[in-house]
Amino acid sequence: MEFFKPATWSEALAIKAEHPDATPIAGGTDIMVELNFDVRRPGALLDLTEIAELREWSAVGDGFRVGSGVSYARIIEELGASLPGLAMAARTVGSPQIRNRGTVGGNLGAASPAGDSHPPLLAGAADIEVASVRGTRRIPAAEFYKGVKRNAMEPDELIAAFHIAAADGPQQFAKIGTRNAMVIAVCSFGLALHPSTRTVGTGVGSAAPTPRRASDAETFLAGELEWDSPGPLRDSVLVRFGELVAQAASPIDDVRGTADYRRHALSVMARRTLGWAWDSYRRN
Amino acid sequence: MRLRCKVNGEALEADDVWPGESLLYVLRERMGLPGSKNACEQGECGSCTVYLDGVPVCSCLVAAGQVEGHEVTTVEGLAEGERLDPVQQAFVEKGAVQCGFCTPGLIVATHDLLERRCQPSDPEIREALAGNLCRCTGYEKILDAVRLAADRKAAS
Ligand SMILES: Cc1cc2nc3c(=O)[nH]c(=O)nc-3n(C[C@H](O)[C@H](O)[C@H](O)COP(=O)(O)OP(=O)(O)OC[C@H]3O[C@@H](n4cnc5c(N)ncnc54)[C@H](O)[C@@H]3O)c2cc1C
Ligand code: FES
Ligand code: FES
Repeated sequence: MEFFKPATWSEALAIKAEHPDATPIAGGTDIMVELNFDVRRPGALLDLTEIAELREWSAVGDGFRVGSGVSYARIIEELGASLPGLAMAARTVGSPQIRNRGTVGGNLGAASPAGDSHPPLLAGAADIEVASVRGTRRIPAAEFYKGVKRNAMEPDELIAAFHIAAADGPQQFAKIGTRNAMVIAVCSFGLALHPSTRTVGTGVGSAAPTPRRASDAETFLAGELEWDSPGPLRDSVLVRFGELVAQAASPIDDVRGTADYRRHALSVMARRTLGWAWDSYRRN
Repeated sequence: MRLRCKVNGEALEADDVWPGESLLYVLRERMGLPGSKNACEQGECGSCTVYLDGVPVCSCLVAAGQVEGHEVTTVEGLAEGERLDPVQQAFVEKGAVQCGFCTPGLIVATHDLLERRCQPSDPEIREALAGNLCRCTGYEKILDAVRLAADRKAAS
């Protein structure tokens, strides 16, 4: 097996162009499990951890460009105040050791429907920046996930970063699992309220072949919320929002839960996260 | 490949390393450092926890090739000669060790916690050790040991 260890991004892109089969490795928290258990024997590994710029983030306009190699631990520490939805999701990933090493880039590369970054990236309308020797393009998160563990990347492309606006209102994330640490989501839900545009963002995880938005729920809620004189939410709004979120999913029965349970849990998470987010909007 | 890295302060080399094997395998099988334990090889148990460039990670999830030129500290690197690190000493005194398989990882994780927070609350301790499983002790004595080490550290 070949092991490439480029020191620069342009070198990495050149290697990926010449060896499209080379498997990128960042934190290794997905890939190494497959190697250790002989599930996968790639012909070549492309180590991205020496590339300093992938570990950097910067403020751009009203948001951030976050390198694909920034760990969950650093997202929580350094960006938690500006990206609360993503930070909440990051706090639920694995364990401290996994969060020290695992990256959003790796979550996007693996594109598991259960990946915890995806709901907040969808709710926050993030763009994924991918690059190759041919150039750079930005893919909206909603178009990035293509199927179970498939994403919109070409074989010669690598994930450089994601772009996401700083929160302009309350954000929430909820995840169902059997315990608090070290758990793959049975299903998950991300919510972002955008008072500045009077819109709502959502992301549903682990309840369809890909993470996806609940668009009807977003439109419904944006029309119902009384942004200017925020009173308590009517029960009918909470219930309808929950129903529409559950309807956006197309879950399956598997070892972690049944489709029915997932739909039910999604409607509960949608109601609860909306309640929390709206309370926090009213307080401010 | 020939792997060169710094382990517990010492520049080490290993030959014929397959770059996709884990750092844990390198430490145990090639460098004669069996302190870090192999219990799951999938990041679930934390018994292989080491510092990589000062950050605690599961060494079973780091590819050997990624460690080239980097610095590793294992449980073997924490004591000063015969003198145990205060965290190790507290684990011994509080009976936080039964079969001992989880202990090296817990020691490294606790060591890191106390570097960052000298008087952690119980929820903070639980959160910091959430990636380390123990099938023997029921965790109570481990928590006792962490509190003792924290108290001593704060007093010193
Ligand atoms: C014990 C344990 C618990 C876990 N818990 C959770 C959890 O709670 N929630 C969760 O979402 N995940 C969890 N995971 C899975 C994993 O930690 C995450 O998916 C993590 O985000 C992967 O990041 P990484 O940098 O380690 O990826 P790697 O393993 O390095 O890579 C993952 C995939 O992405 C590709 N890749 C990586 N970087 C790039 C790039 N820049 N460009 C193109 N492709 C790239 C790789 O080729 C590979 O296919 C867990 C894993 C373990 C071992
Ligand atoms: S052996 Fe590495 S976490 Fe279990
Ligand atoms: S002492 Fe046996 S696993 Fe912890």
